Amino acid sequence: MSVLSNDEIRRYSRHLILPDVGLPGQEKLKQSSVLVIGAGGLGSPVLMYLAAAGIGRIGIVDYDVVDETNLQRQIIHSTSDVGRPKLESARQKLLDINPYLEIDSFEVPFTSDNALEIMAPYDLVIDGTDNFPTRYLVNDACVMLNKPNIYGSIFRFEGQLSVFATEDGPCYRCLYPDPPPPGLVPSCAEGGVLGILPGTIGALQATEAVKVLLGIGEPMIGRLLIYDALAMDFMELKVRKNPECPVCGDHPTVTELIDYEQFCGMPAHDHSDYTAAPALNGQEAEEKTPVPQITPIELKARLDQGESLPILDVREPHEWTISNLETYGAFLIPKGEVLEHLAELDPQKEMIVQCRSGGRSADVIRELQKKGFHKLLNLDGGINRWAEEVDERLPVY
Amino acid sequence: MTTIRIPTPLRTYTDGQTTVNVTGSSVTAVLNDLTQQYPALKNHLFDGDELRSFVNVYVNKEDIRALNGAATAVSEEDALMIVPSIAGGA
Repeated sequence: MSVLSNDEIRRYSRHLILPDVGLPGQEKLKQSSVLVIGAGGLGSPVLMYLAAAGIGRIGIVDYDVVDETNLQRQIIHSTSDVGRPKLESARQKLLDINPYLEIDSFEVPFTSDNALEIMAPYDLVIDGTDNFPTRYLVNDACVMLNKPNIYGSIFRFEGQLSVFATEDGPCYRCLYPDPPPPGLVPSCAEGGVLGILPGTIGALQATEAVKVLLGIGEPMIGRLLIYDALAMDFMELKVRKNPECPVCGDHPTVTELIDYEQFCGMPAHDHSDYTAAPALNGQEAEEKTPVPQITPIELKARLDQGESLPILDVREPHEWTISNLETYGAFLIPKGEVLEHLAELDPQKEMIVQCRSGGRSADVIRELQKKGFHKLLNLDGGINRWAEEVDERLPVY
Repeated sequence: MTTIRIPTPLRTYTDGQTTVNVTGSSVTAVLNDLTQQYPALKNHLFDGDELRSFVNVYVNKEDIRALNGAATAVSEEDALMIVPSIAGGA
């Protein structure tokens, strides 16, 4: 007797006639379990394809709620799901695709305290997270538990794919021993991402997962794929196992999970652009000191009293075209160019610094404070909060 | 001319250029040429004189850490790639 019912055999017909899968392969998929961390951009296509492919058990870790700005790329969620927990929305969509599926929901942040316990029962892990602390956590936990880690990450028009933490293969730390310092690499919330890009990379992650589970083909072990959507170029690079790797090397020094937020100097939050502002969430990295803040309503009141307050907008030019405070005299110098324009700024004069939601402008203030600017105020919540609280005609993006 | 592919996150600092032609006979030399052409890149690639550890450099698909590091020899036919870590996924 097959572990597959006759209805399932009909459903998986195109796999069953595929030489490298067949009935034994499909049975293997049915008996396999996969943990997907993050039900967002990468998680959406990964989950939908794995569900359709007939993986028997899928665990999902996500504690977020569906937001309108997710819908441009997180195709597992629909407009009618806005406001619902992502896990609920994903579960419903997946069971609609394939009712023979077992789904485990973990509606919690994935942390050093729960990672090993959550991961332990699964055959394989898919990293669909969106921040450095969680990526290092997923990697280290996979190495410690001997679980293959199907890695994908995306930024603007570019994606990366690899398979880490297999028996003899390298891990994420072999590729990148250290995370970038906070603030040097923008997040997707800050830099933008082509909505289709996570679809491409997520579909590749699902492909690799099925290959690893079935033991077919040549999974991306020891190889890193770089995908450039604009050039439509797929480039492959070698990833060597590092004998000195602190986690998977010959003499590991990291043998239990650490504090990854401290390791990366940044919080493991989805909307890091805003929550990274230290005073706001109590999870501040040591390097990030609080900066003086002004709320949109306070700023509006001061401007209405006729005060002359320059407003430095540190966003990118294409963001300025979406919304700006030009009518209040705001001027644009993108974050990366502020230091080149120091001579144009007066350190003696009080000035507002503003971005989309308050993260980048706080970074700029910290930099300028080192250059002797001590009268700077950060517009708390950025122009988006201004749009919500002061001027509803402006769009929120 | 040796070419260097500039990754998406760093194109902001190369006026949007996706590849840059550089001269030099080692990785250090071509990266110096690159940061002379685009000085804003320097802080993103180097921490002092050291290449930042989250910025990987490849010569013809091979990580320079598996070759001779920053001293790895480079010829005119070689293609270099800079691959910084990116974390997006949501």
